[in-house]
Order: sequence, then structure tokens, then C-alpha cells
Amino acid sequence: MDYFFQQLINGLVLGSIYGLIAIGYTMVYGIVGMINFAHGDIFMIGGFIALITFLILVSIGLTFIPVILLLVLLVAMAVTALYGWTVERIAYRPLRQSFRLAPMLSAIGMSFVLSNFAQVSQGARVKPVPPIITGGYTLHDSGNFAVQLSNVQIVVVVTTVVLLAAFTYIVSRTRFGRDMRACEQDQTMAALLGVDVDRTISMTFVIGAALAAVAGMMYLLYYGLVDFFMGFIAGIKAFTAAVLGGIGSLPGAMLGGLAIGLIETFWSAYFSVEYKDVAAFSILIIVLIFMPTGLLGRPEVEKV
Amino acid sequence: MTNAAPILAIDGLTMRFGGILAINKLSFTAQRRQITALIGPNGAGKTTVFNCITGFYRPSGGTMTLVHDDGATFRLDRLHDFRICKYAKVARTFQNIRLFPGMTALENLMVAQHNTLMRASGFSLLGLLNAPSFRDAERDAIDFAREWLERIGLTDRADDAAGNLPYGDQRRLEIARAMCARPALLCLDEPAAGLNANESAALSDLLLSIRNDIGTSILLIEHDMSVVMEISDHIVVLDHGVKIADGAPRAVRDDPKVVAAYLGADEEDAAQVMEQTMEGGA
Repeated sequence: MDYFFQQLINGLVLGSIYGLIAIGYTMVYGIVGMINFAHGDIFMIGGFIALITFLILVSIGLTFIPVILLLVLLVAMAVTALYGWTVERIAYRPLRQSFRLAPMLSAIGMSFVLSNFAQVSQGARVKPVPPIITGGYTLHDSGNFAVQLSNVQIVVVVTTVVLLAAFTYIVSRTRFGRDMRACEQDQTMAALLGVDVDRTISMTFVIGAALAAVAGMMYLLYYGLVDFFMGFIAGIKAFTAAVLGGIGSLPGAMLGGLAIGLIETFWSAYFSVEYKDVAAFSILIIVLIFMPTGLLGRPEVEKV
Repeated sequence: MTNAAPILAIDGLTMRFGGILAINKLSFTAQRRQITALIGPNGAGKTTVFNCITGFYRPSGGTMTLVHDDGATFRLDRLHDFRICKYAKVARTFQNIRLFPGMTALENLMVAQHNTLMRASGFSLLGLLNAPSFRDAERDAIDFAREWLERIGLTDRADDAAGNLPYGDQRRLEIARAMCARPALLCLDEPAAGLNANESAALSDLLLSIRNDIGTSILLIEHDMSVVMEISDHIVVLDHGVKIADGAPRAVRDDPKVVAAYLGADEEDAAQVMEQTMEGGA
């Protein structure tokens, strides 16, 4: 039983990271109807920016960890958001009136560009960092197994929850959120009511990238390393999470992320680590057979 | 002092789709604070005119000039996309309703107030900081939206998804949404389509109150002749992309060319025109 609880904690932490990335996929799909395959690499960029900012802050003599973390978070979000904005501006917007596959191909290209850019500029080796947040709590000790909750895990989950709350507020209560949902449902009509659709789409990419940057930073804190290739598999997993939850649905993305995180963790714990990805994708296939729109997805509303 | 210039002057408007001439050198004016109706048989090019005015199509030729009450002048043929609503203040509705079906009735009206709120939110900055000025603006926008919901009798359904409202309510909501953009010119594409006699009468009252109480100029495409004859100040008749008549309702109704166009085009429409003519004359 203790072992189970430990895996539950680990799975929720991993799921939080997937969920943060998955939101970026689902938002972009909702508003422009394309899969942003470069989003996983945006996550990777976020991890690198966090690492670089961290090293800079430490080297100029900052030692108080909470301040460092907050600054790293803000810088990573801002710079990665700029990447997201730029990618949309140069790779997707010119193709928006083109045929449906064009932006998707462009996104795959962008994914290569970003990961190779990181490889060339930062080197191909894995970049480890020493544990930044240490310590934790022992929740329960049965003698032969102790359930641990580390401080890193607390930071990851709390940050995710806070950001999701803020994000949900923005989407459901603010002017920008209304504009975004309006563009999602009918871009032409939104433009006729004076909404700058291009700007709203840009902002969607910016927010998605900022959340991916947070995920990248959390990944760095949790696993203590980044490399130029980490965006690929994390991106695919998060995309799976978005599809599992119902692509286009924001709570679905989070739920899908948690589900994928838990499946992977439990499979690794009770069966075999090698087949954890197979397990995650198998569950996806099974869910999609019975619920083609995903867990929380709605059937596509016909656009007139 | 109100501006004497017409709200909208269309001069030599031409729209070509490949080899097809949808609109050929169309010129007419819509007067300020009046209801101008654009009628004609199916396929006459009425909706194409709307699409040119609202920037859907880029006209092949001609000019469209809009003049606000304060004298500000806009060349609609040179404005694009969201700018037509934002700067020239033209709002429109569609033949087939285009509400945001997944958003509530109130939210639909809030999206239309985007530009007012955008200014108040200091282009998002003040909004993010939740500055008092922005909260006030947001509250005003909600009040304004609620006022409109009351006017169209949908106060009780403010929080229902727009897509779940009955058809007639959706039509009225779409007009209310266009009005929430605080337009100088309101373009309505067949607002009475699919409405029953009671609903049509209510619609006429709504449009008259928009003209009389709010002072918005209206450009109207409509097939329901009872509505057109009752509320229009001025009628422009199109056939095959060419203007065939232009004048007061009574004069247009008796114009032989108009009757012929309807007779030649479609028996049903012609019968309807004749019938309305009889009723109006009696």
C-alpha cells in the first residue's frame, strides 16, 4: 500500500508537467485547428532558458533559493513566450490561408529547427544541474518502505495548481479569454465584431509557450537535467495527453496529462519500465476506440 | 448639429468573381438615421454588397465612403478585417445566424464590446493589473449587455449557451450583439428570415426603436415585404447586380421594372410582391 501511494505521488508530479505542456497543444488546436508539433521543443527551450538563467543568477552571487526560483520562472516564461510568438509569426501565420497541411508541415520543420538550434548552440550533451531544491517529508514509514514527498514535488504541484488557476481565470473571466473563445468558435465573426484575430492567436501561442516554459523549468528541477532532445518525447506524450483528454478542451488537457503521468508511473512500478510508453499509447488507443473525442472532448460543432 | 452627409455613399461598386459580374457599377446612398432596404430577387447580389461593405470581399472597383456623425470619413474599400468594425463602426448580422454557440448570451454581447474594453484595459496591461478603471469599464460593459438583453427579452437566459436558444431568440440576440459594438451603421442580412408573423412584427418594432431611440442608421436586406414596406425609409432594388429602382417605398412598389424583375425571376417572389402591393394599397 505504501508503495502504491509513493507511485501515486510520483505519477501526479509527472502528470502535472505533461498537463502544462498539453495545455499548449490543446489551446492552439482549439483556436487555429492545427497541431503545433514544435511545442515540445518550446518546452525544451524553456528548460534551457531556465538552466541558463539559473547559472547566471548563481554566478552573480544570488544564494537565496526562493528568489532565484522566482526570477528563473519569470525569465524562462518571458523568453520562451517570445520564442512561441516568433515561431507563430514566421512559421504559421504566413501559411494560415494556405491548405490545411501546410502549417502542420511547417510545425514539424520548426521542431527540427529548434532542437538543432539548441544542439548547435548548447551542445549535444546532457546538461545536469545539482539538486536545487533538497529535502522533503516522510509521510509514512512502515519499516521496510517509506513514502517520501520531496520538496521538489511540492514545488512542482503547487506551481502547476497556481498557474492553472490563473490560466482558468484568464480564459473564463477576462476580456482576452472571451476573445480567445470567440476566435475559437468563429474567427470571421470575431473579426467582424472588431476583435484582432491575429493578435489573439499570437497571444494564445505566447500563453502556451509560457506554460511550456514552466513545465521545462519543473522538469529541470525534478530530473536535474536538460538536453536538446527532451522536447521530442515529452512533446509526443503531452500531445497524447491532450488527445486523451479531448483535444480543444482545457480541463481535458490537464486530466489527460495526469492520466498519462499516472499510467506511465504505475506501469513502470508494477510491470516493466521498458514498456511504459507502450502502456500509455495503448490506453490512448483503447480510450479513443470507445470515446473518439477523448475523455472531455465535445463532438465538433459544425461551423456554418 | 448632425452631419448632413449620407452615412454611406456607394459609388460605382463593381464585384467580379472570375468571369461573373456579380455587381455592376452600383451606386446608392444610405441616409443618416434612416432604414435603407436593399431588395431584389434571389441572386441579385444583395449579400455580395454586404460582403463588400464589411470587408469580406475586396471590390473589383468603386468606392464606399462612410461618414460618422462627427465628420470622420472612412473608405470602406480600403479598410480590412477587424478594422471595419473597430474604426468605421460597421456591424452586421448574417442570413444564417453566426452567434458564438458555445458562449453564453451575455458573453456574446461582451465580445462585441471588445474595442471599448480594449481601450479601457490599456491594451491588457491595466486589465492584468485589475486596475479600477478597467473594472469600471467591465462593469459598464456588463450593464450595457444586460440592457440589451432586457430590450430583446432575454434577461432570463443571459447565462444559457447561445446555441441552445430558440431560433427567434438567436436572431434577436445577433442583432443585439451587433448593437453592442456601438455601430454607426448596422447591416442586417435577412433578419426576418424564418420568423413567424408575431416575431416579424416584434422585429419591426425593434428596428424602428434602434433607428428612433438610438439613432443608428440601418442597411437592411430583406425578403419579407411586409417588414420592408413597414419600416424602410428608402428602398434600393437590385437585379442581376444592377440597380433597377431607388426611392421611397411607395414609389418603388409601383415601379413596373421592379414588378417585372420579381415576375421574371421567381414566381413565388413575384406573387409575394403582388400580394403585398395589394395589401398595402387596400
